[in-house]
Amino acid sequence: MSGIAIVTMILGLGVIAWLSARAKASRLAAVPGKDKLQRSRALHSLPSYHGWYVALWVLLPALIFLALWSNIMPGLVTERVMNDPAAQILPQDSFTRGAILGEARNLARGATSVAFDQRSRTLVEPYRAAERFYSLGGAVVALLLAFAGGAFAFMRVKTDFRARTRVERIVMMSLLLASLIAIVTTVGIVASLLWESLRFFSLVNPIDFLFGTKWSPQSAAMGYGNDDAFGAIPLFWGTIFIGAIIAMAVAIPLGLMSAIYLTQYAKPAARAWLKPILEVLAGVPTVVYGYFAALTIAPSMRDFAAWVGIPGASSESALAAGLVMGVMIIPFVSSMADDSINSVPQSMRDGSLAIGATTSETIKQVLIPAALPGVVGGVLLAVSRAIGETMIVVMAAGLAANMTLNPFASVTTVTTQIVQLLTGDQEFDSAKTLAAFALGLVLFIVTLLLNIVALHVVKRYREVYE
Amino acid sequence: MTGILSEGNGARRLPTDWKSDAMQRRIATRYASERRFRAIGLGAIILSAGFLAFLIVSMLGNGLSGFVRTEVAVEFDFPTAPIVIDAATLQGGNADMVLSNANLPAVTSGAAKAALGEDGDSWIGSHAWLTVRDAIKDDPSILERRETLYLPGSADLDLAAKGEASAEAEAAYARLSEAGVIKSALNIDFLTASDATDPTQVGIWGALKGSLFTMLVTLALSFPIGVLAALYLEEYAPRNRWTDMIEVSINNLAAVPSIIFGLLGLAIFLNVMHLPRSASLVGGLTLALMTMPVIVIAGRNAIKAVPPSIRDAALGIGASPIQVVFHHVLPLALPGIMTGTIIGMARALGETAPLLMIGMRAFIASPPGGITDPATVLPVQIFLWSDEVSRGFVEKTSAAIIVLLIFLLGMNSIAIYLRNKFEKRW
Repeated sequence: MSGIAIVTMILGLGVIAWLSARAKASRLAAVPGKDKLQRSRALHSLPSYHGWYVALWVLLPALIFLALWSNIMPGLVTERVMNDPAAQILPQDSFTRGAILGEARNLARGATSVAFDQRSRTLVEPYRAAERFYSLGGAVVALLLAFAGGAFAFMRVKTDFRARTRVERIVMMSLLLASLIAIVTTVGIVASLLWESLRFFSLVNPIDFLFGTKWSPQSAAMGYGNDDAFGAIPLFWGTIFIGAIIAMAVAIPLGLMSAIYLTQYAKPAARAWLKPILEVLAGVPTVVYGYFAALTIAPSMRDFAAWVGIPGASSESALAAGLVMGVMIIPFVSSMADDSINSVPQSMRDGSLAIGATTSETIKQVLIPAALPGVVGGVLLAVSRAIGETMIVVMAAGLAANMTLNPFASVTTVTTQIVQLLTGDQEFDSAKTLAAFALGLVLFIVTLLLNIVALHVVKRYREVYE
Repeated sequence: MTGILSEGNGARRLPTDWKSDAMQRRIATRYASERRFRAIGLGAIILSAGFLAFLIVSMLGNGLSGFVRTEVAVEFDFPTAPIVIDAATLQGGNADMVLSNANLPAVTSGAAKAALGEDGDSWIGSHAWLTVRDAIKDDPSILERRETLYLPGSADLDLAAKGEASAEAEAAYARLSEAGVIKSALNIDFLTASDATDPTQVGIWGALKGSLFTMLVTLALSFPIGVLAALYLEEYAPRNRWTDMIEVSINNLAAVPSIIFGLLGLAIFLNVMHLPRSASLVGGLTLALMTMPVIVIAGRNAIKAVPPSIRDAALGIGASPIQVVFHHVLPLALPGIMTGTIIGMARALGETAPLLMIGMRAFIASPPGGITDPATVLPVQIFLWSDEVSRGFVEKTSAAIIVLLIFLLGMNSIAIYLRNKFEKRW
């Protein structure tokens, strides 16, 4: 019996259970000769809660069992096939044996029709029989569970049975489970990054990784040894150069001035138009920015460098990636600055204007200093966003791990290298792939710290004025 | 502090004479500085908006031609052509099969040579015979007469029609358009086909379908989980260390770079759970983890905006805490939650990096049939095409970007509409 059919059947049973339990509860409530108010007093919970209670007893045990069963069934099937007389022909070598079993499974399920190893043909029948046996068995047990649970719950439907409390307890549990997913995800990220990074650091000395200045994972992959090939300093420099220097040089002045104009000068009608336009910049997918940087900005940067006569100009320049990334960050800086300028008390602004300062003097000498912590926090968040940005640098910055101050030269970043190391054919244990996780760990820690510091700064500042 | 009596030496300072030249100059300087500052602010906005306009114009300029293709008129003399076909067999359901074996590629290139000159077959696309096949399938009676069909031109000819190509292709284009056998037509295939190696043959349907499946998985997981988590945190959670941990991890997850989620997907979903590589299922799971915090944060804000008086009223007439939330708070907060969800989904739709990590960058020439089939998504398709060397891919990449931006614009417009229509001021 296929999985979908059995799940549908159990869901159908759930609906039937809901309807019949609700009907039973309604009948219990319908005491003849009493008016509506007294009748509703006869039941502790509304009839539909009795329905839900029984339906949950039908669904939950059976579905939980099916979920577990689908995980343990393949092992049981394989074991039964191995005990079959036909399995005597299998070789002792576990690798070939696994391959033959896998082929037999695919043949039995009709996923393929050709077999490389003819021995797998003889196992098709035992396989089919075993799968049929266990899936039928699982279906029967699931249905029995559904009926047993339903019967047990149905017997409990009485006038004074507290069905609502029970159902609400389950709802509460699912709410709690849903919010625990966030913790599970965080733990999953930390665990997977740490685990793979530890494996990497068993191959490469962490000191060499964090402070080495030569990055050439290709040479390590080709067998020249891991020493000296995984120095990540050039990547860190490239990331800071593009994300924290060039991009911020674009985003901070433009974002801050936009926010000032929007909050202090623009008329409400103009603001209603201009703010969404800025927000559109944040909504454009990064792959579009990357393509734009690579197609339009980068060639013109290279031509400009060649025209001025700057040596080392490359068509994949740090400047092109950084400029476009800066534009992407503008709305981010602008909205953070907007918030913090707006939360400066109006009285401070009025006071400054009242003693005769012009608007720009008020902004420069009163509003900005007062809003500075919020602006700094916003900039830190923007930096963390910029160094984690991937597609722009993958498409527009280069792969050469240079340590240079020349913005027209090619530099590479942490995210570019993660993509580079993990795409394409790979075996999972080489130092080259594991290095990507070590880089990911560094990126995760740095962005986390930046966020914590930024939120801390913003929070302290808020406390001052509220 | 001019104009204030200074008492020590008894000398009286005169009030500031605002009419004096010095003061007038000073005021003029301050006002000029005010105007400059204001102009700089306006300039910053205009520069940002100008960049957006430049981006859109350059994408439109490059991409609009991707929706158009160059077609060449070729006359077919079907009765004399060496087609191995029996018109009767075409009536059955297996017309495609019959026509695939009917020697059509050779017939097509022969007809092109006859119609366009010796090198004629190099100016029609390598897949032009598919057009002939479809024409025959639509109307088998053309097999008994001479018929002029418009076939898609080759990549070189297409480029020549749109501006830049080799001198040879330019010359051929000039010759053919002089002969009046060339026209431009809407490239329907771009919307219905999948990835291919020849830029004139590519389409985005496969990637769109992959995006659709991925988004469905993402929505099915992140929406319920996000809403339930938001309800718990906002309505029921006791203030203790666990709740703080949940809040901290949700806020951090919202700020974690997307590529880290890709690493998580690779390590957990592919290497530990052995889910199928490149499938929409894994892509959707990964993006769901990324979208969930966005929905939780938007959901909490929407729930917070529901006034406490509503909860008090419901509790007062005897509703249980769960009934209060599910019967009253949630329906009132739903528009806000929907807005946040749509914005989160729009971000997920444009996301590329985590999907590269889990292998959705393979060359997939047919649209996926389900969520476990290998698939690619629109942004990844854009990335893959942008890496192609062939010049014909430039307009296709930009055209795909136009399609992606239209989708995002649509989703964001819906979000803004919902916000404006259902937003309540209590």
